[in-house]
Amino acid sequence: MRDVAIIGIGQTEVGEHWETSLRHLALRALQGAMQDAGVTQVDAIYVGNMLSGELAGQEHVGALVADFAGLRGVEAFKVEAACGSGAAALRMGYMAVASGLVNLVAVVGVEKMTDALGPDTTSALALAADGEYEAAQGVTFVALNAMLMRRYMYEYGYSHQDFAPFAVNAHRNGVNNPYAMFRFPITPERFATAPMICDPINLLDSSPICDGAAAVVLAPAEAARALSTKPVRIAASAVGTDTLAIHDRRDPLVLDGAILSTRRAYEQAGVGPQDIDLFELHDAFSIMAVLSLEAAGFAERGRGLRLALEGEIGISGRIPVSTMGGLKARGHPVGATGVYQVVEVVQQLRGEAGANQVPDARLGMAQNIGGSGATVITHILERME
Amino acid sequence: MNVAGNWRLQQQRYRLVGEECEKCGTLIFPPRDLCPECEAPAKMPYVFSGQGEVYSYSTIYSPPRGFEEFAPYTVALIRLKEGPMLTAQLTDVESDKVYIGMPVEMVTRKIQGGDEGNPIVYGYKFRPAHLG
Ligand SMILES: [Zn+2]
Repeated sequence: MRDVAIIGIGQTEVGEHWETSLRHLALRALQGAMQDAGVTQVDAIYVGNMLSGELAGQEHVGALVADFAGLRGVEAFKVEAACGSGAAALRMGYMAVASGLVNLVAVVGVEKMTDALGPDTTSALALAADGEYEAAQGVTFVALNAMLMRRYMYEYGYSHQDFAPFAVNAHRNGVNNPYAMFRFPITPERFATAPMICDPINLLDSSPICDGAAAVVLAPAEAARALSTKPVRIAASAVGTDTLAIHDRRDPLVLDGAILSTRRAYEQAGVGPQDIDLFELHDAFSIMAVLSLEAAGFAERGRGLRLALEGEIGISGRIPVSTMGGLKARGHPVGATGVYQVVEVVQQLRGEAGANQVPDARLGMAQNIGGSGATVITHILERME
Repeated sequence: MNVAGNWRLQQQRYRLVGEECEKCGTLIFPPRDLCPECEAPAKMPYVFSGQGEVYSYSTIYSPPRGFEEFAPYTVALIRLKEGPMLTAQLTDVESDKVYIGMPVEMVTRKIQGGDEGNPIVYGYKFRPAHLG
């Protein structure tokens, strides 16, 4: 096993890319990352994507991306783990380089969601749930999260408005991210009056349907310094799983997969939650942000929301989250999200996060969640001195 | 889901047939043939009573394909009296009358289909228990 570093990052704006197809989104991000890394060739490409077959009419996107990137012939395939596909692809790339089998790897996360009609997108996203016992009952992905949120409010006595700080924080940070889909701030009052989409989840609790692609280039850490002026080491890469169906979980309000994933990541990096300078968490819905903070050890059970209410999730707080807008404001092109999160952590560790810079960020964590918590992939990144 | 896929699930959908672990006695629904508690093979059928209570719920206004005719409809996580939890639609109740802890019971209803030549799929929904 050898250390692995990220030597290049690239991303497209997140949004509704009517004029750009799946392959060209992937291509733009990949070219950006390779340019940033200063390389013209890679040995392998791993593409994180969830719904290309369902929503863009295209599977087999590994070879497709390799071909259109002018890299025909290299090893390439798609990696799928629902909304966790992006980080799953990074995990594959990490293992490939760490093992010594491959030297230079490009990881691309891409999703093209806006070509499909609403009900088809809703059906497609529900594929992340248990098909026979959740989706077959007509339950949607939003509804699964809504049921968790309602139960959380019931058990701990929170009001819906108590969740406002997550959306407010994400939108405040999205303003300064040129790649974010939503670049406007919101107030708690606006959160309170946002249209309800699946009670108690309202529009501002929920991440948007969108398109986007992000990419990173990986290299052995020992070679990274020669290739990049600001390499970032992958200090940990870890995966935990849980049941697909919420109803099969030991306790629906505890993300066991996230507990496993973060524990493994902390162990590998030799750190604990107190050492993490920023946390790009999977805020597809406000409730997921809360449950992630608790599972990752930043708060006790039922106390994740308190952190936000006490102002600790902002750039200058105890644990800054969604520092470039998160899934809520940057956007959530599902299979690309995990790579966006890592790209943003790299920006922070390089000191390139502009107005959203977390002062002297040295250690950043990104956590990408597939489904309602069945696949949880955590990466801890460290600035190389 | 296709015809064969639905046919395979008829025992679960019509009668709530789950499993009982012969080793540790855990009752299992949906069936999985392996005990989630002790990992022993668990294939002994167990028929659940259909009695339970609402653990949580939400109402869907933007349904997935195939469920448009029911919208808006309320879905719930239901804790069965025997212990396991399942996901189902609620029926015979206004969404604003549903609450956490509400006693419910299983009924057999149309889940989807019947239009454009699609076969009708029947299965479990749950209604307030006092209606029984
Ligand atoms: Zn057992």
